[in-house]
Amino acid sequence: MEQTDDIGGNGRIWSLLREFGEAVATLLVTFIGLLAVTFIISRVVPIDPVTALIGERATAQQIATARAELHLDDPMIVQFGRYVWGVLHGDFGTSIKTGRPVIEEIARFFPATLELSTLATILGVLIGVPAGVLAATKPGSIADQFVRLVGLMGYSMPVFWLGLIGLLVFYGTLGWVGGPGRLDAGYDMMMDFDVTQYTGMILLDTALNGRWDMFANALSHIILPAGLLGYLSMAYISRMTRSFMMNELGQEYITTARVKGMPERRVVWVHAMKNALVPLITVIALSYAFLLEGAVLTETIFSWPGLGRYITDALLVADMPAVMGGTIVVGAVYIGLNLVSDLLYKLADPRART
Amino acid sequence: MKFDPTFRRVGVAFLSGLLLTASPVALLAETPADTLVVADAIDDIVSLDPAEAYEFSGLDLNNNTYDGLIEIDPATLGMVPGLAESWSVADDGMTYTFKMRPGVTFSSGNPLRAEDAAWSLQRVIKLNKTPAFILGQFGWTPENVDKMVTADGDTLTLKTDKAYAPTFLYNCLTAGVAEILDKETVSQHDNAGDMGNAWLNENSAGTGAYVLKSYKPKEGYLLEARKGHWRGDAKIAKVLMRHTPEAATQRLQIEKGDVDVARTLTPVDIEGLTGNKDVTLQHDVGGQLFYLAFNQKNENYKNQKFLDAMRWAIDYQGVADTIMKGTAIVHQSFLPQGYLGALDDQPYKLDVEKAKALVAESGIKDPTVTLSVRNSADRMDLAQSIQNTFGQAGIKVELKVGEGAEQLKEYRARLHDATLQTWGPDYPDPNTNSSTFAENPDNSDEAKNTGYLAWRNTYDPGDMKAKSQAAVMERDPDKRKAMYEEIEKEHRSTSPFILMLQQARNTALRSNVKGFYTGGAIDSAAYWLATK
Repeated sequence: MEQTDDIGGNGRIWSLLREFGEAVATLLVTFIGLLAVTFIISRVVPIDPVTALIGERATAQQIATARAELHLDDPMIVQFGRYVWGVLHGDFGTSIKTGRPVIEEIARFFPATLELSTLATILGVLIGVPAGVLAATKPGSIADQFVRLVGLMGYSMPVFWLGLIGLLVFYGTLGWVGGPGRLDAGYDMMMDFDVTQYTGMILLDTALNGRWDMFANALSHIILPAGLLGYLSMAYISRMTRSFMMNELGQEYITTARVKGMPERRVVWVHAMKNALVPLITVIALSYAFLLEGAVLTETIFSWPGLGRYITDALLVADMPAVMGGTIVVGAVYIGLNLVSDLLYKLADPRART
Repeated sequence: MKFDPTFRRVGVAFLSGLLLTASPVALLAETPADTLVVADAIDDIVSLDPAEAYEFSGLDLNNNTYDGLIEIDPATLGMVPGLAESWSVADDGMTYTFKMRPGVTFSSGNPLRAEDAAWSLQRVIKLNKTPAFILGQFGWTPENVDKMVTADGDTLTLKTDKAYAPTFLYNCLTAGVAEILDKETVSQHDNAGDMGNAWLNENSAGTGAYVLKSYKPKEGYLLEARKGHWRGDAKIAKVLMRHTPEAATQRLQIEKGDVDVARTLTPVDIEGLTGNKDVTLQHDVGGQLFYLAFNQKNENYKNQKFLDAMRWAIDYQGVADTIMKGTAIVHQSFLPQGYLGALDDQPYKLDVEKAKALVAESGIKDPTVTLSVRNSADRMDLAQSIQNTFGQAGIKVELKVGEGAEQLKEYRARLHDATLQTWGPDYPDPNTNSSTFAENPDNSDEAKNTGYLAWRNTYDPGDMKAKSQAAVMERDPDKRKAMYEEIEKEHRSTSPFILMLQQARNTALRSNVKGFYTGGAIDSAAYWLATK
């Protein structure tokens, strides 16, 4: 017996190690693939980073010096190898445009995106899931039609237009929310000097510093862009929730539960929801990852210094270290959220725990 | 409709949360009284080191943190003494002596010395960043600059390799690249022989009215006024620049009073702000020119009758009024309004019949122009107007639309047929545009003189090149002015360039803001005179 147990224990350890090894290998292959594709694209786009950097009047000597400094004359494989080596050592390179370390810049831009996306996803889930459930429990009703209409509008209206209209109405006309940017001008100046920045997320940092006036101001600025992105997220989540719930509510176990006299609320929120939650986790994770990748247009309209705008601006001037640094972060976000949703699957679905 | 109680509870909690967060109590709305808040697109900044800064936004910032030997008065745009209180040129025309202004200090507290001025100018040449060519024009090289630029006590001596027009040197010394740095402070931050270049990207070390407190690329910067500036203290204590790329957003912010100045507005926004009593619109010109260029690899573009036909087939005033809507004025010569020798007359207007007759006289049958144009809305509208009026004159225009960077690459490689482009002067002297539009040192493909617009269009300007080179040596300012006027007249009637428009700037200011100067076509923004 003892021997058998030992073998069983070793087997489980080996199995775990194998799983871990596979995950690491997948992670590495995904990252290197991502880097390779981005790198190749960066070299085929018809934009010369040197011209973008040193202007039209640069002399041949200045162009040559800049190319040498940026190692642009080395073979592509050498440039790629140098970059990957740097990344493995925590060096994401220096932005061609700003001359600052990419890692520093991402550390400044990513928290702004993280803060906005997280709030947007919370809003999207808080509204989208109940709305989807409501629509699924009363198919064909006015509530269902309304949820579907609102969802469809979220899908079909251009975010750029929605953002501008939102600003015009809630900021310009009603004055209910703060304007573009993360803070009012007065607080913006204080942020760098009066507040210890632990996370780069203004809501969290101001709360940790006990600066509730700044917290309230930051909240008034984030609520509109987060609401807008939350609406788009809600449109997707509510439609998917409706679909998953309708599928579950048509199952025999639901009929059985109802026949047994179980309260409708319990049937819907406990029995049906528990099963609908499994695919819903993927939907929410994907929606969150999509927002974390950066909502470029929203960030532009709201002057939000986020990752999407950072990558897009960098791409337009062929600032490839910045583009690739941003791409790694986006890749890491997708992979990370995949792992989290896998974990949540196992929590939500006992069958996945084996 | 009956709602499940759970829905009701969730709904009430959520709505309460929303109302709480959307409470207007938290909004400050107006800008702080001691701070000028400016909204602009500043993502063009590459560096804040005066030896490297070459973009509009960086030059605007540096104009307020540094001073030069010679300055431009923001209100009159005339040349005035800066850190040099007086200067003279020797009879040989190659030796200039500048007497430094006494009692001036850097923001560090260090006194200004002629040695700082010499070191700053030498540093530009040794670092050899993009704008170094502005000073390199005087024969200064990394090898000889220590001998050409010297300091002795309170006197700075500059030697040039030829007897250039003194106004040429003086104008170049007003450029951002010639701003004076605190040698002692910058030298302490040398990193691997970069002469403080990296440090200056985040800090300032000048004598200017303001000190750079913080700079976050693509987000904004904060300037703080210093006490005891030699010109008198700045009238406003702080300047907060907020990077706001979207024009419609800038408009909303200026309407609400969340910013004091909005600098990147579109014609639609300007139209929308007209008549708003809380906002003042300030109009002036920038240095950028809109022009058509025709590559003379196509023989048609050597035909003067055909070139003339095209000059008469453009609705200059129409495009300025209906497409550019206040963001450009008609301007038909290569020196922008505000430059020495700039011609402000408008010899050409739309005359379809005349253009048709000239096409017939040119002998070119069914002429076709392939016009490269970048895919932005205003450029496309402009190109379509040209396509329309050229069409009326019997010239078919095929538009080749593409990304700006892609089109620039094609232009620099002489691969275009015709192109709609803009050009901004590099420094406040007429030679900046004369040398590129009217000079071409070598017209061969191998020469790759991409910095010369004449070369990019395979255009040999003939004796205009000699005239342009003579103008840069002319010591009498009036004669020099007349020389440029003559070159411009010849250029606009014979070259394969059609100058059409000059950028007009529309700055929106809250009505309480006074004394904000953009620098016009020849200088950068000045914040130190602004009040609110």
